[in-house]
Amino acid sequence: MDISNYLYLSVILFTIGALGVLIRRNAIVIFMCIELMLNASNLALVTFSRSNGNLDGQVASFFTMVVAACEVVVGLAIIVTIYRSRRSASVDDASLLKN
Amino acid sequence: MVYLIALPLLSAALLLVLGRIADKWGHLLATFISATTFAIGVAEFFSMHGQSGGNRAVTQKVFEWIAVGNLKVDASLLLDQLSICFVLLITGVGTLIHIYSIAYMEHDKDRRRFFAYLNLFIAAMLLLVLGDSYLNLYVGWEGVGLASYLLIGFWNQNPAYAVAAKKAFIANRVGDVGLSIAIMISFAQFGTVSFVGVKAGAAHASPVALSAIGAMLLLAAAGKSAQFPLQSWLGDAMAGPTPVSALIHAATMVTAGVYLITRSNFIFDASSTARILVVTVGVITLLFGAIVGTAKDDIKKALAASTMSQIGYMILATGLGPVGYAFAIMHLLTHGFFKAGMFLGAGSVMHGMEDEVNMRKYGGLARLMPITAVTFGLGYLAILGVPPFAGFYSKDKIIETAFNQGGGKGILLGGAALIGAGITAFYMTRVVVLTFSGARRWKDGAHPHESSILMWAPMVVLAIGSVASGFLLSFGSSLVNWLQPVVNASNAVGGKELMKPLVVSLLALVVVILGAGYAITKYRTVPDVAPEKVSLFTKAARKDLYQDDLNDALLVKPGKALTLGLVATDNYVIDGAVRLVGWVLSEISDVLRKIQNGYVRTYALIMLAGIFIGALIIWVVTA
Amino acid sequence: MNLLTTTILLPLLGTLALALAPRGNTRLIKIIALISSLVTLVSSLLMLTKYKFGVTGFQLASSHSWFKVFNINYAVGIDGLALVLILLTTVLVPIVVVGGWNEAEGGRWSVKTFYMLILALEMFLVAVFAATDLFLFYVIFEVMLIPVYFLIGGYGRGDRAAAALKFLLYSLFGGLLMLAAVIGLFVISLRQGHGSFDVTTLSHLKISHNTQDWLFLGFFIAFAIKAPLFPFHTWLPAAARSATPGTSILVLGVLDKVGTYGMIRFCLTLFPEATKTFAPYIIVLSLLSIIYGAFLAIGQKDLNSLIAFTSISHFGFIVLGIFALTSQGITGASLYMVNHGFSTAALFLVGGWMVQRRKSTQVEDFGGLQRITPVMAWCFFIAGLSALALPGLSSFVSEFLVLIGTFTRYPAAAVIGTLGIILAALYVLILVQRSLHGPLQEGNEETPDLNWREKVAIAPVILALVLLGFYPKPAIHLIDPATSQIMLAAGASDPTPLAGR
Repeated sequence: MDISNYLYLSVILFTIGALGVLIRRNAIVIFMCIELMLNASNLALVTFSRSNGNLDGQVASFFTMVVAACEVVVGLAIIVTIYRSRRSASVDDASLLKN
Repeated sequence: MVYLIALPLLSAALLLVLGRIADKWGHLLATFISATTFAIGVAEFFSMHGQSGGNRAVTQKVFEWIAVGNLKVDASLLLDQLSICFVLLITGVGTLIHIYSIAYMEHDKDRRRFFAYLNLFIAAMLLLVLGDSYLNLYVGWEGVGLASYLLIGFWNQNPAYAVAAKKAFIANRVGDVGLSIAIMISFAQFGTVSFVGVKAGAAHASPVALSAIGAMLLLAAAGKSAQFPLQSWLGDAMAGPTPVSALIHAATMVTAGVYLITRSNFIFDASSTARILVVTVGVITLLFGAIVGTAKDDIKKALAASTMSQIGYMILATGLGPVGYAFAIMHLLTHGFFKAGMFLGAGSVMHGMEDEVNMRKYGGLARLMPITAVTFGLGYLAILGVPPFAGFYSKDKIIETAFNQGGGKGILLGGAALIGAGITAFYMTRVVVLTFSGARRWKDGAHPHESSILMWAPMVVLAIGSVASGFLLSFGSSLVNWLQPVVNASNAVGGKELMKPLVVSLLALVVVILGAGYAITKYRTVPDVAPEKVSLFTKAARKDLYQDDLNDALLVKPGKALTLGLVATDNYVIDGAVRLVGWVLSEISDVLRKIQNGYVRTYALIMLAGIFIGALIIWVVTA
Repeated sequence: MNLLTTTILLPLLGTLALALAPRGNTRLIKIIALISSLVTLVSSLLMLTKYKFGVTGFQLASSHSWFKVFNINYAVGIDGLALVLILLTTVLVPIVVVGGWNEAEGGRWSVKTFYMLILALEMFLVAVFAATDLFLFYVIFEVMLIPVYFLIGGYGRGDRAAAALKFLLYSLFGGLLMLAAVIGLFVISLRQGHGSFDVTTLSHLKISHNTQDWLFLGFFIAFAIKAPLFPFHTWLPAAARSATPGTSILVLGVLDKVGTYGMIRFCLTLFPEATKTFAPYIIVLSLLSIIYGAFLAIGQKDLNSLIAFTSISHFGFIVLGIFALTSQGITGASLYMVNHGFSTAALFLVGGWMVQRRKSTQVEDFGGLQRITPVMAWCFFIAGLSALALPGLSSFVSEFLVLIGTFTRYPAAAVIGTLGIILAALYVLILVQRSLHGPLQEGNEETPDLNWREKVAIAPVILALVLLGFYPKPAIHLIDPATSQIMLAAGASDPTPLAGR
């Protein structure tokens, strides 16, 4: 089976996610882009798992999902708190530690 | 013997530490102490006189001073035939000048301080002549330099006097460096710095080393004794009170150079190069001082130039080989009497003339100050070398010995000394004529009067010395025989006699009469302001033959420029380099700081770029 | 407890006592500081009585394990050289406290902090001279910078923060080089069997020429910065301009001696071959220091930086004596360290009082002081005379020993060095003339003379200058055995007299 198509898709998704993180300023969107990157890597893991014929990659992707879920919980909580106090979800505004 | 030094030193310290409390009796204590040292000196002289020639020298170890490795120097004293002459001169003239100063400084509120310095000087000068090693001598040597500095700058609220004091100290320091280098060479050569040790070692030393020591000792002597080329400080040193000029800058301290060379006779006997240097310096200075003396209107500066010239004679004598030392010392002693006497006379005149020093403002003072005039006159006859006054015995001997060197050298040295005698007669006659005879030229405000007995008594004593000392010292060659064990003159006594003493004396007398006669005719009338239109020669003599200008151009100006240059270098080059390093670092950090902008995505981009570049490198390397 | 360790710890006790004292009661704080420094002085004098004269090797030694893994010990001990420097420290600290009674006021921090820093510095100074473990020495060498940094930066005047930073950076740079050399030395000792930092053990190591050269440079540059030698000197005038007189006395009088002490203790004994290789170059450097420092002193307008530059000139003499490698040179240099400590202390003390009265550090603002403040003027004059090494004052003996010791090995260097004698007369007399002589400057008419407290502070210094000048035997007697041992370790012997050989 030719895995290259799956991997191309994974790379494209990852790149979209990375660019999103770099370019967008809204914290929620950045968050979604991070999820996209995680899932792109999940796709790659599952693909390699399939091509190798064992389940290691799939197990790893489950770990990733769990970590992503935890991250969503903590991250969203932070974003909501920041939004509450500053009325903005822009990451550039949250620069209290600078200076 | 140690009390000779300890007593005046303690007295000086006491007077300085007690301060104003001692104002009432400070001068009395100092004078008493000085008289005591004279008494001790006389006692030492008689106990020494009772011994036979070989046993006369005594050493006394006071304490161990420095002992490091093979360098061992004790604080120990040596009293021999040579040093006792100086002890008597220093304490004797010193005491007279203490007495004189009681009256002279009466109206100065710092009289106590003055006497403290005088005692300090006596202590240092005695240490100089009593030290048994070059290092002990050096301590006294710098000590008298300090005392001289303090006394020249006694009225240092006047900036010019403070500068004069500083100049004297610096010029002396240049000489002191010569002495310290001589000490270093001695130690490197002989492993000791004591007179005895160096004398013993000199027999085995290389001629180069001996000449080097001799040259350095001569440099030291030139600094202390105001000899060419370090003579420029002496004229300015007249800023000090006149008793100081009499004691330090005429009778004792400035003759220390002669003492040093005489003491180091074993070095100079062994090195003809050093001797040639000595006579050269002596001759140059004796003419130099005499020429400068002809044009000075300041009575003290004229006498100072004369001192310089007379010490030139002594230095010349020390360079003439073993026989010369005794004559140098003889001239030193007689000079101590007549020059100190004349300085005190000058002080007496100044005292009566409201501290006026310009001789053009004097005139006809003989009638108003008879004692001063007579004592000054006796000193004058002595310095001219008129028989039978003191200078006749000492100076004519030096001229005679110079001629006896033989050949062109003898004629050159003797001729120069003879010419010097003529010029001496000219400028001394000028001083006497301007001050004591002729019409009065002082303003109406002045009331010239004879000084008190405290002042004229010392002058009388010194005048008696000016008359009699020469005869006493040379009667039956007494001084020559006395000093013979120290200076080893025995092998030279039978030297060739090229000029009969009588011929030399007659020649000298003729020259003196010519000089004096010319002065009398020239200064029959004297303008009370120095004329502007004078010969180039007089102009040069007035400016000390441009010695100060030369020093300025060669040393002071380049030194100042160098200092400014180095200060700028330190600021801009050395510290600049340090600051440059700091500046470069802070500039770099300024650039780097911009990357730390606090935006997460910038960091993420850098991280991504890093990963990309890392992957690229791995790919390139593995491919 | 070991007497030496006690002496080291006593100032620490004082620091703790100060920490408990109320911040506001400055009088109490000063008295505590004074008592603490006096007790330390007594303790160090006790050491002097216990010390066996004429015996070589370290005395009153004690050693406790510190880091077992690297065989690092808390090891202290003194020989004559260390003892005189410790005595210098413990004598000067009470004088600093008494002499600069009010100098801490107006600082960035409290008076209490000032005296805590002073006492901490005293502890480190005593410890650094006592350390016989190289690592311990290095640690204290660096730790000392902390109190000095705060003393200069917090209590001086003018651009004090910059001066403190400059001092710190210079010293850290030197310390870094030294650290590398220390580690190198340890590695070598490890390769030759047993790893050790003990000074005596290290001096028996066999080190190749090339390695010695590099390690020597590591130590020497660190010490040359501390001493300081031309061209590593620019931190010193800056520090002296900004620091209080008391700090300047401790920095120039004692702290800088750690550099020259280190040269004798470590450079000479640990790297004898490298010492011989570099000695001619170092002698050139020290001559440059002598003359350069003197010329710059002549050119200074600020009183404090003038004194600092005279010190650079004098440090040149000290280093000259050390690297002449003769017993007169080294003993003279060691004695010079002590004498320079006293003479600088006198200059800074009196200079500090003059500045305090006039509220200006410019020499030209003084003038004619001798007429109205005779005691202060005399003290300043005597301090100046000792700076120009007048016979009868202590610096003469040491300067003369240095020069004569140098002459026997390097005649030309000694002759050039004598130029420093003339220049010293120039800078001192110019300073004296401008500040004490001449007509009274405007604004000085009301200047009060020294009060009793100031007289008490200056008297022991002047006494020491005079006594050690006339009778230096006790100090020489202490130093000389140490010198001969160092000469032995350095493999040097005095040249024999030339004539009659």
